[in-house]
Amino acid sequence: MPTILELQNLKKYYATQKAVDDISFSIEKGSIFGLLGPNGAGKTTLLRMITGIFYPDSGHIRLDGKIFDPLNDIAKIGYMPEERGLYKKMKIGEQALYLAQLKGLTKENAMEKIRFWFKRLEMETWWNKKVEDLSKGMSQKLQFVTTVLHEPKLIILDEPFSGLDPLNANLIKDEIYGLAQRGCTVIFSTHRMEQVEEICDHIVLVNMGKKILDGSVHQVKQQFKENKFSISLHEVPASAEDASFEVIDQKANALVVKIKDGYRSNDVLQYFINQQHTIESFHEILPSLNDIFIGLVEDTHAKTRAFQAV
Amino acid sequence: MNKISLIIQREYFSRVKNKTFILTTIFTPLLFVGIFAVSILLTNQGKSKHKVAVVDANGFFKGNLKNSTDVHFEFPEGVDTSNFVAKGFTDILIIPKFEGDKKTQYLIRSQKNLGFSVQEVIERKINAAIEDQKLQENGITRAQLDSIHSQSQFAEMKTEELGSSGVKESNAGLAIAIAYGCGILIYITMLVYGMMVLRGVMEEKTNRIAEVIISSVKPFQLMLGKIIGIGAVGITQFFIWIVLIIGLTTAAQSFISAETMEQVRTLQQNGGAMPAGGAVQASEAAIKMYTFQHTIGTANWPLIIGCFIYFFIGGYLFYASLFAAVGSVTEDVQGSQSLTVPITIPIIFSFIIMTSVIQAPDSPLAVWSSIIPFSSPIVMMARIAFGVPGTVPYWQLAASVLTLAGSFLFTTWLAGKIYRTGILLYGKKVTWKEMLKWGFRKS
Repeated sequence: MPTILELQNLKKYYATQKAVDDISFSIEKGSIFGLLGPNGAGKTTLLRMITGIFYPDSGHIRLDGKIFDPLNDIAKIGYMPEERGLYKKMKIGEQALYLAQLKGLTKENAMEKIRFWFKRLEMETWWNKKVEDLSKGMSQKLQFVTTVLHEPKLIILDEPFSGLDPLNANLIKDEIYGLAQRGCTVIFSTHRMEQVEEICDHIVLVNMGKKILDGSVHQVKQQFKENKFSISLHEVPASAEDASFEVIDQKANALVVKIKDGYRSNDVLQYFINQQHTIESFHEILPSLNDIFIGLVEDTHAKTRAFQAV
Repeated sequence: MNKISLIIQREYFSRVKNKTFILTTIFTPLLFVGIFAVSILLTNQGKSKHKVAVVDANGFFKGNLKNSTDVHFEFPEGVDTSNFVAKGFTDILIIPKFEGDKKTQYLIRSQKNLGFSVQEVIERKINAAIEDQKLQENGITRAQLDSIHSQSQFAEMKTEELGSSGVKESNAGLAIAIAYGCGILIYITMLVYGMMVLRGVMEEKTNRIAEVIISSVKPFQLMLGKIIGIGAVGITQFFIWIVLIIGLTTAAQSFISAETMEQVRTLQQNGGAMPAGGAVQASEAAIKMYTFQHTIGTANWPLIIGCFIYFFIGGYLFYASLFAAVGSVTEDVQGSQSLTVPITIPIIFSFIIMTSVIQAPDSPLAVWSSIIPFSSPIVMMARIAFGVPGTVPYWQLAASVLTLAGSFLFTTWLAGKIYRTGILLYGKKVTWKEMLKWGFRKS
């Protein structure tokens, strides 16, 4: 897969902190990319550099293999910032048209796209309403439409689901999948891990301005797995002991076991089969991204705390 | 460039189509004309007629003391301070016997306070009567006196000034009127539309749309678009007002002309000694009309209008960009107040300076304050009304124009840098010191 966006040693220092401190990664075309991090990690600064709002202090951004040129490449990007809003007194149709024209679309072209999207998201009757008459979820939908209207190659969504009910969240989620299938690349910034797990192909975790994790969701989970398995039995034995594993938890008729180094899952199964137990299910427990996230972030925080104490 | 024009269009049309804008634009001139009409009506009706009983020990005031529209003198018998009200008089005037040139006091007692203007009228009338009496004592007859009074109004002043292209007529009254008019217009524009820019920027910030927009356009384009768009709204509003005012005055003239004529007539009767007669009155009014038009014609209108447009736009751009900078760092009106004071103070000061400059348009204060860009839009406009190159040499005008141009480019540049940082900054109270630091840092 070709890369659409490549960041090389990006740095952005503020007077009081290193907001982005030497971050590099690349994003494949057509993928849904998760940019994760706790509050104040530097995500927004990073996104503002990718959208040309800020200039990096050093490092390079390449879009489609060429050095990023904010003035001309801005039309290839659709950015929905976390701090977003619309003109309250403006009519919805005019607002969408205005934002589309600012992205460089001609009036006719913009009208055509707006009609398409309004129809698709069942917003046709909204045209003459004002934003102040819309609910939060509705204006969120409008915001999404104005972000993707000009068919950008790269769509950047910062917390796109905040304020949306599950129904609308699903609607937007489907649109995100659809856009990715049609070749758009989506950067998705959030700290809601269950959404990331569901949607993203690839994730990068930043904290305190540095990249601390980079990989596909599957890779990351494999990397952080603790060799835990859950085994459900028809009848739970009073005691189960073997050199291959240790029992760390028991819930109803299921045991959570941790496989010791040098053994495989088959060894565990072998043991229970030999003991004449009826196995109902057997599966690996992978850590959730949430657990990984919390573990890593707390770890770095602990380090900085320790550093400051010295 | 295309994007700036899109922004200008939005800023312009979203305001011009606004109901409040349409209503204020239409009703403000009506309101002004209404207030003006009502105040004239009230002053006319509020004036009470005074019937003054005169007790004169000298015996020469009867016949010499002239009546005015509001004050009527009578010389009844047997009236004193105790019974003048009962006899139907509002006031009583007691003049003791004058003894040569010795200082004497005369007394006027009233039912209620006379008021400044009536008091002045009575005093003037008495002095005129005494003057007439003294002249008659020196052998001038009554008839001679009347003829002198009517003849002595034959002359009126005509002022001229020495210009580069020869002598031309000048008129201080007209200059003052133009100076005030332009000064007030520019003053209002800078304050009202400057604040509108501030609110517009602040609205974009608090609505959280700023970041959405500047992911499509440069912050500087957004700021400049807003400033130009709102400036265009201001020009539109002034244009509509001028059209409305000209329309209304024309309509009013045809409507109240009879009343005006009446006023002109009474005015001339008060002046005394004018021969009565309808034909003469009409020609008098025509002469007044002619002199008015002639006076208006003495001003160098192309220069004044050209300079007005320049200083109007220049002054607006100079201050509006500063207002935009403040708007970009504040999230509520209260928070912005302490930051706008350093901008509004120079505007108010330049207006105060202008009022003194009108008295002395070529004083050093006038010269310097018309070149320094903080006050030049208002002060220079006031001076230009007094004549170029008479009062304002060409070099001063050029210096003022160039400094203002340089200054608004500078403030716009500075404001652009403050704006770029400020517009994305939330939850922080910013001071002017920090804003200037952002403005001057390299990047």
